[in-house]
This record gives sequence, structure tokens and C-alpha cells, in this order.
Amino acid sequence: MSVYVQQDLFDLQSITQQLKKLHNSGASVTFEGYVRDFDLGNDKLEILELEHYPGMTEKALLHIESQAMSRWRLDDIYIVHRYGKLKVGEPIVGIVVFAKHRKEAFDACHFIIDFLKSDAPFWKKEITNHQSYWVDAKKVDDEEKNKWN
Amino acid sequence: MKIKLFYFAKVREMVGIDQEEVDLESDIKTLAELIAFLKLRGSQWQAIFDMSSSYRVAVNHELAKASYKINANDEVAFFPPITGG
Repeated sequence: MSVYVQQDLFDLQSITQQLKKLHNSGASVTFEGYVRDFDLGNDKLEILELEHYPGMTEKALLHIESQAMSRWRLDDIYIVHRYGKLKVGEPIVGIVVFAKHRKEAFDACHFIIDFLKSDAPFWKKEITNHQSYWVDAKKVDDEEKNKWN
Repeated sequence: MKIKLFYFAKVREMVGIDQEEVDLESDIKTLAELIAFLKLRGSQWQAIFDMSSSYRVAVNHELAKASYKINANDEVAFFPPITGG
């Protein structure tokens, strides 16, 4: 299990290839989230700025990994999440789950992103060519998490 | 009793500080009482703490409820609902 919270870009494909060598897994499922472009007339996204709570973030992500590990039979979990100033199209978050079988890997990866969205203390600020504003939390994110109860 | 307070994201911008150390009077024992005390600081503080949907509280890196009993040296953080991922 590992957790990385960093400003730098990451390459999820090469991370997956490296980790694959460590395990005799039958499957890996990866999730990668990117900065989505939007262009509302004159209001065009230039930068997505991510703030987080150092210390709590790492603890929250490790806790999510432990929960997934105890819920499914998994070989390994890797989570990387960026903070700082991100450009359109860049990756924000990467998750890799290794397991003997596909179902465990799919379910655990889905579980991890749902929990990450409501438990890991990150906040997004959208900076357009005209203004900047904090992104509001979505009710649907809590609902997605609660489905796993 | 001394504790540390941290503020993040929109909450940090509204109150204008990112962290502070406060020495609590003995009548402030819970998070709810701490929040009532912070609200006396002015309209920006009231604006945040009047709506329970606009903030979350963590103590020592874990989400906490208003009934939590504060201990000396606790690290209390206030921040908006999470929007990562």
C-alpha cells in the first residue's frame, strides 16, 4: 500500500508496470482523473488550483486503502494525488489496484475513488481568464460514498 | 488551555488567517463552545459558522463532531466540504 501527495506530474502507466513486477496478480484496475476543460462564453478555465491539509490528507488516504484491503482480497493499492496549480488535461489523481481476480480489483478501485472524493481533504479552486472561485462540494459525491454502506 | 487552530481553502480566505494558537478560557470545553467563541470575532466568522453545511471540523487530523471535548494541544482545523479527486 502506498500514498503519494505531490505537486509533480505522474505517469500512471509506468507506475503500474513497475508495481506489476512486485506481484503475482491476475488483474490490475487503474483510475485516472484529469483537469476538465470548460469554456462558458468568455469564462475559460486556465488553472485548477488544489489546496490540501498536509498530514490529514496522507492519513485519510491510507485509511481508505486499509478499508479497501480489509474488504477485498487485494495484492496492492497505489494512490497518487496532486496539489498546487494544474493545467487543463493534466492528471489530478491516480489509483492502481492489484488483485488475483478482476472483480475485486474493479470493486476496490471504485470504492477508493468514491471514498477519496468525500474523505480526503482537498479543495479545488477554478481560475479562469476573468475570475477565480472555489468549487462547491456535490451532494452526489456523498451519495456515491454512502452506497457502499 | 492552549490549542492550535488551522483554516483551509474558502474558510481561510474568509477569516484572513491560516493558523493561530489560542489560549482558551476554562468555560470553553467542546467544539460547539469553541465555535460560539469564534463567531464573536465578527461578521466573516459568523457567516461561516452560522451554516453547518459550509464547514467541517477535524481534530488531530480526523473529522470531529461539535460535542467533541477539547484537550490541551489539540490541532483543530476548519475547512469547507471536500472537493478533491
